[in-house]
Amino acid sequence: MLQGWVIVVTSFAYLGLLFAIAYYADKRADAGRSVIASPYIYSLSLAVYATAWTFYGSVGRAAADGVGFLPIYIGPTLMIALWWVVMRKILRISKANRITSLADFIASRYGKSALLGGAVTVIAVIGIVPYISLQLKAVSNGFLILMQYPEIVMPAKVGAVPVAQDTALWVALILALFTIAFGTRHLDAAEHHEGMVAAIAFESLVKLLAFLAVGVYVTFVVYDGFGDVFARAAANPDLEPMLTPLEGVAGNYANWVWLTILSMLAIMFLPRQFQVAVVENKDERHLNKAIWLFPLYMLAINVFVLPIAFGGRLHFPAGIVDADTYVLTIPMAEKQELLALLVFIGGLSAATGMVIVETIALSTMVCNDLVMPVLLRMRSLRLNERPDLTGLLLGIRRGAIVAILLLGYLYFRLAGEAYALVSIGLISFAAVAQFAPAALGGIFWKGGTRRGAFAGLLAGFVVWAYTLLLPALARSGWLPIGLLEHGPWGLELLKPLELFGLKGLDQITHAMIWSMVANLGAYVAVSLSGSPSAEETRQASLFVDVFRGAGSAGGARFWRGTASVPQLYNLLARFLGSVGADEAFDAYARARGIAWPREQLPADAELVHHVETQLAGAIGAASARIMVASVVKEEALSLEEVRNILDEASQVVMYSHQLEQKSHELEAATTELRAANERLKELDRLKDDFLSTVTHELRTPLTSIRAFTEILNQEPEIDAAQRQKFLGIVTKETERLTRLINQVLDLAKIESGRADWHETRVDMREVILDAAGAMEQVLQEKAIRLELKLPPRAPPVRADLDRMTQVMLNLLSNAVKFCDQAAGRIEIELSERAGWLRVDVRDNGPGVAPEDREIIFEKFRQVGDTLTEKPHGTGLGLPISRHIIERHGGRIWVESKDEGACFSFTLPLARDAALDKAA
Amino acid sequence: MPHRILIADDEPNIVASLEFLMRKCDYEVCVARDGDEALQLAETFRPDLVLLDVMMPRRSGFEVCRLLRENPALRPMRIVMLSARGRDVEVGKGLALGADAYVTKPFSTKELVAKVRELLLQPA
Repeated sequence: MLQGWVIVVTSFAYLGLLFAIAYYADKRADAGRSVIASPYIYSLSLAVYATAWTFYGSVGRAAADGVGFLPIYIGPTLMIALWWVVMRKILRISKANRITSLADFIASRYGKSALLGGAVTVIAVIGIVPYISLQLKAVSNGFLILMQYPEIVMPAKVGAVPVAQDTALWVALILALFTIAFGTRHLDAAEHHEGMVAAIAFESLVKLLAFLAVGVYVTFVVYDGFGDVFARAAANPDLEPMLTPLEGVAGNYANWVWLTILSMLAIMFLPRQFQVAVVENKDERHLNKAIWLFPLYMLAINVFVLPIAFGGRLHFPAGIVDADTYVLTIPMAEKQELLALLVFIGGLSAATGMVIVETIALSTMVCNDLVMPVLLRMRSLRLNERPDLTGLLLGIRRGAIVAILLLGYLYFRLAGEAYALVSIGLISFAAVAQFAPAALGGIFWKGGTRRGAFAGLLAGFVVWAYTLLLPALARSGWLPIGLLEHGPWGLELLKPLELFGLKGLDQITHAMIWSMVANLGAYVAVSLSGSPSAEETRQASLFVDVFRGAGSAGGARFWRGTASVPQLYNLLARFLGSVGADEAFDAYARARGIAWPREQLPADAELVHHVETQLAGAIGAASARIMVASVVKEEALSLEEVRNILDEASQVVMYSHQLEQKSHELEAATTELRAANERLKELDRLKDDFLSTVTHELRTPLTSIRAFTEILNQEPEIDAAQRQKFLGIVTKETERLTRLINQVLDLAKIESGRADWHETRVDMREVILDAAGAMEQVLQEKAIRLELKLPPRAPPVRADLDRMTQVMLNLLSNAVKFCDQAAGRIEIELSERAGWLRVDVRDNGPGVAPEDREIIFEKFRQVGDTLTEKPHGTGLGLPISRHIIERHGGRIWVESKDEGACFSFTLPLARDAALDKAA
Repeated sequence: MPHRILIADDEPNIVASLEFLMRKCDYEVCVARDGDEALQLAETFRPDLVLLDVMMPRRSGFEVCRLLRENPALRPMRIVMLSARGRDVEVGKGLALGADAYVTKPFSTKELVAKVRELLLQPA
C-alpha cells in the first residue's frame, strides 16, 4: 500500500489542508473576527520550536547519549520561567514601537540603525541556513526511506544523487512556493500573519499526535510499557552508555550547562520564535497561559523519546539503521503502514512549520532591514518618487524566500553529511545566540551603544564561523582537513576546535564559550569607550524604561521640525495604500477629537511620530526613519537638549506633583460646576423669554381676529366696503397666525435636533431659479427687477433641498420687503471660492444699521420703524435660516452698504466635488 | 363735548379695530404708533382716556404709564393697559404704576367698550 504515489498524494493533501486553515484564518482576521486571539493557539504556535530535529533527531541523540538529549528542552522550560520578566518587556517594547522582526528590534534600540539591522539579518540568514538544510534532509530522507518499504534502506550519501533527481531540492522548491503562498499574499502594516499562526498551531498538534502515536505504539504494543523497555535496555550491555550519561568526562557538566543556556537563548532569538512569540502576539496576557502550556507541550513530546530510542537500539543491529530514523523505521519494521505514514506526515508537519515561519521571518528582515535601506539610499533608483511600493516590497520578500531555501539546499549538499541532525541544529542555535548580548543588554542597560552592539555582533559572529562553520565545511571536504588538525598556517593555538588550547569540550560548548566571551567583551568594552548619540539615548530610554509608562508619546517629545500634513499622508499611502493611510489618520484624529478631514490635523511632532510608527510596521524602523526624514525637515536635537528633556522628565517629584494634581482637579471641578449652573439658569431664562414672546406673538393676530369677528357679528350696519376690509383683515391675520405657528414649531424642531434632514446632492443654481420663479408674481406686482448672476455650472453641495429652498425664499422675500419701494432692484449672485459655495442676495433698500446686523438673526426681532407692512413678517425667518445654514456647516451674515443690504451665506462643497476640483 | 380717546398700539390691525369701536361710541380718536408719540399726543391731544399697549418699540407701555402719571396735569386721564401678557405679575405692575385697568389680548369687544364707558363716567 505504501507506494510512492500514496506518500506524495498524502503529503500534498496535508499541505493543502494547512493552506486551507491559513486561508480561513486570514479571512476571519480580515473580517475582524480573529481565530487566533486565544492563549491556547498562542502557546501551540510557540511549539514551532519543535522541528523535524525534535521529531527525528531527539531519538537519534538519545540513542547515543541517553538523557543527553534533554538540555535542549530543559533550556526553554527554564527560560519560560524567566519570561515573565524578559518576554513581557520585549512584548511591551515591540508593541509600542511596532517592531516587525528581530533585526528591527535590535536596530530600533540602537538608534534605528540600518547598519545594525542589516548585520543582524545577515547573521540570521547565515546562521539559519544550516537549520533549514536540516529540515530538508529530514523530510527527504524520511521520504526516501518510506519509499523503500517494506525494505529498510538508509538513503544514499548526500551528493551521490544528481541535483535534478535530488528529493531534497524538490522539497526545497515546493516549500518555497508554499511559503510564498502563505506569507506574501499581501502586506500587512503590522506584519501579522494570522493564517500562518493558525496553520502552525494546527501543525503543532499534528506532530505531537504523530509522535505520541508512535511513542505509545513502541512502548505499549511492541513492548509492555515503560518498565519493560527500560528493563530490557538495562539488560543489554551495548546500551549502558545511554543509561549513565552524567558520568564520564567532567566536561559533560559543562556541556549540559552550556547546552541549556544555548537553548534558553534560542527560544528567544530564533527568528521564528521571535516572530510567533512577539510579532504575532495578540495579547500580552496570553503569556500567562503560555508559561505553563509550553512546558507541558515540551514534556509531552519528550516523554516517549527514551523508550523509542531504546526500542530502536534493541530492535536493529547497531550501525545499520540511523538512529535519527527510528520513529519511522520501527513502525515500518513492524509492518504498521498507516502508522509509518502518520509519522512521516508528522515529520513533514514539523519541518514545514519551521520552514514557513523561519523563512517568512527571515524574508521580512531581508526586505525591511537589508534590501530596502540600501535601495532607499540609492538615489539613482529614485524610489522616493514612486507612488506605490507595495509591489516592490512583496517582490523582494518572495525573492528572499526562494533564495533562502535554495541556500538551505546548497548547504545540505555541501555540508549535510558531516553531522547528525542535532549537531547541525546546534550550530544554528549558536549563531542566533550571538544576538543575546545586544538584545538583552539593550533592554536592561542604557549604556549599550550602537558601536558596541555592532562590535559584539561582529566578534561573536566571526568566532562562531571560525569554530563551527569552518569545521563543518572542512569535514565535508570543502576545506583542507589540516586546518582542523593543526590550525591555520600551522598555528596550534588557533585550532578551530581547540582555540587557545581549550580542550576537552564538546564542539558546541567550546564555540559558545569563545563566541560569548568575544561578543560580550566587545559589546561592553566598545559601549563604555564611546558615548551614545542623541537618537540612541532616546531609544535606550524608550526601551529600558518601557514599564515606567513613558508611553508612545515619549517618542514625540524628542522631535522638532517642520512637516506638511499632505506629504505625510502621501508617504503613508505609498506603503499602506490610501485605505491604510486613511485608517491611520482617522484613528489618530479620532483619538484627538478632531473631525478629520473636515478639520485640519495639526502638523506637529506627534503626528510625525505616529506616521513614522505606522510606517515602521510595514517597512521596519530604520527604513521608516529614512522615509520620514525625506519628507520632513528635522532640526537635530543636540545631545544636551535630549539629556535635559530626560532630566526634566525624571525630576518631577512624585509627591508634590500628586498633591498639586489633586488640588487642581478640585478647583477645576468646582469651576465647571459653577459654569454649568450658570448655563442652566441662562438657558432657563431664555426658555421663559422665548415662551412669553411666542405667547405674545400668537395672541397679537388673535386679537385682531377676535375683535373683527365680534364687530362683524355685533354691528348690523357695516357697509359692504368696510365689511370687505374687515374680513380681509381677519383672513390675513389668520394666515399670519398660521405662519407663525408653523415657524415656531419648525424652529423648535430644528433647535431640539428632532428635525429630519434629507441630504442629497443639491444644485444651488436650481434652488435659486426655483425660488425666483416662486416669487415671480410678487416681483411683477411690485415692479421689482431681479437680476441673477449664476455661473453656467455650479458644483453640488450636500444639503436638504427643501431647507435650502426655504432659506432662499426667506432671503428673497426679505429683499422684496425691504428693497426700494419705487424702483426695487434685487440681485442674486452665486459664486465658488476654495471649496465653498457662496450666495449673495442684494437689495437696494435702506440697508441694515451696523448695530442691528446680529440682532436681526435673533428670534422675533425685526428691524425698526421703517417697516410699513408689519404683519407680513414673523421675525423668525432669519433665525431659522441661520440654523439651517449653520447645520450644513456654513455661515450666514449681512453686510450693508449705502445702496442697500446684502445677505450672504456660504456652504461647503460636497467632498468629492471638492476633490474633483483639486485633482 | 365728545370724549377723546388716545389709542397707542404699534399693530395697525388692532388699531383699526379699536378705532372702529371707539368711533362707534362717538368718541373722538387719535392714534399713536409708539411710546414717544403717545407721550407727545397725550400732552397735545389731552385725551380723556388712553388705550395703551404694553409691547411697543422703543418705549414700553409701562414706562409711558409711569411718565404719564408723573405729570400732575394728566391726573384725571384714564389709562387702560392692553397686553398679550396677562400674568398676574404684569397686571399688578400695571395697576401699581397707575393704570386704571388692565385688559389682556385677545379681548372681548363688548367688555372693552363697557370698561371704557365705565371709566369715562367716573368723576375725574
